[in-house]
Amino acid sequence: MNRMYCDTALETHIPTPFGPSTCDMSEPYDRGLVEDYGRWREFAPGMWAWILHKFTGWVLIGYLFTHIAVLSTALDGGATYTATIQGLEALFVVRVMEIGLLAVAVFHILNGIRLLMIDLGIGLERQAASFYISLIITALIVIASVPTFLGEVGV
Amino acid sequence: MSTPYRSSFTRGSTLWVLQRVTAAFLIVLLAFHFFQLHFVNHAWEIDFAGTQARMSNLLYFTTMVLFLITATFHGVNGVYNALVNQGLTGQPRRVLKWVLIIAGLGLIVQGVRVAFVMAGIDLL
Repeated sequence: MNRMYCDTALETHIPTPFGPSTCDMSEPYDRGLVEDYGRWREFAPGMWAWILHKFTGWVLIGYLFTHIAVLSTALDGGATYTATIQGLEALFVVRVMEIGLLAVAVFHILNGIRLLMIDLGIGLERQAASFYISLIITALIVIASVPTFLGEVGV
Repeated sequence: MSTPYRSSFTRGSTLWVLQRVTAAFLIVLLAFHFFQLHFVNHAWEIDFAGTQARMSNLLYFTTMVLFLITATFHGVNGVYNALVNQGLTGQPRRVLKWVLIIAGLGLIVQGVRVAFVMAGIDLL
C-alpha cells in the first residue's frame, strides 16, 4: 500500500492508506479510518496528540463525576465530608492516582493550548515539536509535584 | 472546506465553537483549581471548615459553579463528538445525546446543591 507523508502540512502527518496525499493545506484528502487504532505503528506525532487528548479527556470527565460524588458527602454534614476526604487522602494509592490525574490534567491543558493555537493558525508547521514540548513540560511539572502530592502519607 | 487538522468536531459548528470557548475558560480554571487545592492548601488538610470559608466568598463560589458548568459541558460535548466521530449514527446517536444531556444536567444540579451546602446556604 502506498503511503506518503508530508513534513510541513499538519494534516498529512496522518498516513493515507489510499494513495499519495497532497501537501496542499486547502484541500481535504481521504485519510482513511483514523479511528482504526490498530494502525498505531503508523501514527505520527499529530495522531498521538489526538489520541492522548481523547484519552485524557475521557479520564477527566470520568473523574469529574467521581469528584462530585465524593464532595456530595458534604450533604451528609461537615464531619462526614472531612472524614471522607481525609480518609481518602490517608491512602497511598489515592495519592498515586492524584499524581496520575495531575499528569492527565496538565497534558490536556497544554495540548489544549496547542490546539487553540493551531485553530488560530499559529504554529501549524511546528505542531509536532509543540506536542513533544507539551509532553516534556507535563513530565517536568508532574515530577516536580511528586513530593507535594506524597506529603504526610503512610505507605 | 479546508481541514487543517484531525478533530472530533466539525470545524465552525456551534458545538465546535463552544468547545473552544469553554476550553479557554477551563485552561485557567483547572490550573487554578489544582494549584489552590494541592499546593496552596494541601489536599490531606482539607476539611469542611476550610471549604466553607472558601465557598463563602461570593466570587469564589460563583467561579466554582461556573467551573462545574463549563467543565461538564466541555466533557459531555467532547464525549458526544468523539463517539459521533467514531461512527455513531441514527437511534444510538439520539439515545447517547439524551443520556449525556440528562447525565450532564444531573451532575450540574448535584454539584450546585453541594456548592450551596458548602457555602452554608440551606436551600430547603
